[in-house]
Amino acid sequence: MQDLLYFFQQLINGLTIGSTYALIAIGYTMVYGIIGMINFAHGEIYMIGAYTALIAITGLAALGIAWLPVILIVALVCAMIVSSSMGWAVERVAYRPVRGRHRLIPLISAIGMSIFLQNYVHLAQGSRNIGFPALIEGGFRFGSADSFQTSISYMQITIFITTLVCMTLLSLFISRSRIGRACRAVSQDLGMANLLGIDTNRIISATFIIGAALAAVAGLLLGMYYGSIDPLFGFIAGLKAFTAAVLGGIGSIPGAMLGGLILGVAESMTSGYLSGEYKDVVSFGLLILILLFKPTGLLGKPEVEKI
Amino acid sequence: MLEVQNLSMRFGGLLAVDQVSLDVQEHEIVSIIGPNGAGKTTVFNCMSGFYKPTGGKILFEGREIQGTPDYRISRLGMVRTFQHVRLFNSMTVVENLLVAQHRHLNTNLISGLLRTPNYRAQEQKSLDRAWYWLKRVGLLELANVDAGNLAYGQQRRLEIARCMVTEPKLLMLDEPAAGLNPSETRDLNQLIVSLKEDYNVSVVLIEHDMSLVMDISDRINVINQGRPLASGTPDEIRNNDDVIKAYLGEA
Repeated sequence: MQDLLYFFQQLINGLTIGSTYALIAIGYTMVYGIIGMINFAHGEIYMIGAYTALIAITGLAALGIAWLPVILIVALVCAMIVSSSMGWAVERVAYRPVRGRHRLIPLISAIGMSIFLQNYVHLAQGSRNIGFPALIEGGFRFGSADSFQTSISYMQITIFITTLVCMTLLSLFISRSRIGRACRAVSQDLGMANLLGIDTNRIISATFIIGAALAAVAGLLLGMYYGSIDPLFGFIAGLKAFTAAVLGGIGSIPGAMLGGLILGVAESMTSGYLSGEYKDVVSFGLLILILLFKPTGLLGKPEVEKI
Repeated sequence: MLEVQNLSMRFGGLLAVDQVSLDVQEHEIVSIIGPNGAGKTTVFNCMSGFYKPTGGKILFEGREIQGTPDYRISRLGMVRTFQHVRLFNSMTVVENLLVAQHRHLNTNLISGLLRTPNYRAQEQKSLDRAWYWLKRVGLLELANVDAGNLAYGQQRRLEIARCMVTEPKLLMLDEPAAGLNPSETRDLNQLIVSLKEDYNVSVVLIEHDMSLVMDISDRINVINQGRPLASGTPDEIRNNDDVIKAYLGEA
């Protein structure tokens, strides 16, 4: 009984982390799906989202506003706006001027962008980690055996629900809306979409903006969950989310969701049964295995070369 | 409506197109023919804005358009197809037609989220147009099938329908009959003539299927090794000695 409860606890923790990986991974996968490039500044955009949320929360506290829903919504909206603008700017500065060149060039300019943003936050906010107020406290306990209790915190529930809502909205947007339709067309054949008169530049900007907005949501959620942030906060999360995107099949949105969840669960199982230090070994090991045996990822479609 | 004057295109040391001129009047089907590698598609690529020609002028309705980016040219009302079918394969047939009308819809994200009456009216209009063309090219029953799963001839027809929903003035078809069987070619033949007759679209056609070309063209331009060889009505071309030599070789 205790073993089972312990397993459930790891599963809950894993799904929590995994769903935030999935939120970030969508940004990678959408950009890749459209322009075939990895946005290496995406982790930084997520980190900036977390910082913006923190600044907003601090500001509201200074104003004496203490009603939780207002704080959360204002923080979320601020983070999304700032991150989206960052996402838009990254595309304009680091991608658009070098689009169509050799693939290494946008890769390097994106890495440059990532280093710039990280160091900018270092300078502006200091490099030490800052405490992030745990706004949502408490939780349920269910099932206890011997000395072990399984619990799920309200924070974890918030993460699940928010992620679920974001994913549903995104799926509807992609499958139903006009811009979503244009996004799919551009990702399949950019040249043809252009020829049909779709403003592909706007669609590309839109994917950067949507990805950044979702990363900002993840930034706020994970900031509250971990309780502290620092300027390097985006780097590892970015790598993990990138792994999740590749795991699920880069370019595929359901793949990013699945990849995130699998990665999160794999990590928490490793921490729970092996040792926390093996967490990253397992997640990047998974990446290597996937690349060796199914390079297109779990839900990715193999590219068919037409002759 | 379209005038190509002394068009030249040089790729490094290779002069792929040399001083080609042609013109298309309203309500006319003009074909470009020539042996493989003659430079037909290069002419098309210059006309549709894929290449910036190294010499000469292209005028569409009196405006110089050489070197204008492809998406602007398509907005002027010149749409093209490719030798290889280029549909959005993992979108459904009807979605392919809807997405082609993207720029015709004056709606933004906000009105889309709120589903304003204007947005819905526009969506309805583009749906109606899509249904109309699906019926016209005989793909109505396949509306919700992924375009990639259609048979080749159906994909060809869908491609033409996708051009037509953008309401072009000039349609440029690059080997539309390639890979079609004789009965499909006959259907295509009728479709192209009807585009001209019923929808008042001018057509520029690159084609190897001589029966199709001779049947439907009002005028034919022959290109050989990048140079213009002859131009005239189908009858004139059929009896032109230079053309016969280029195609059959000299005796």
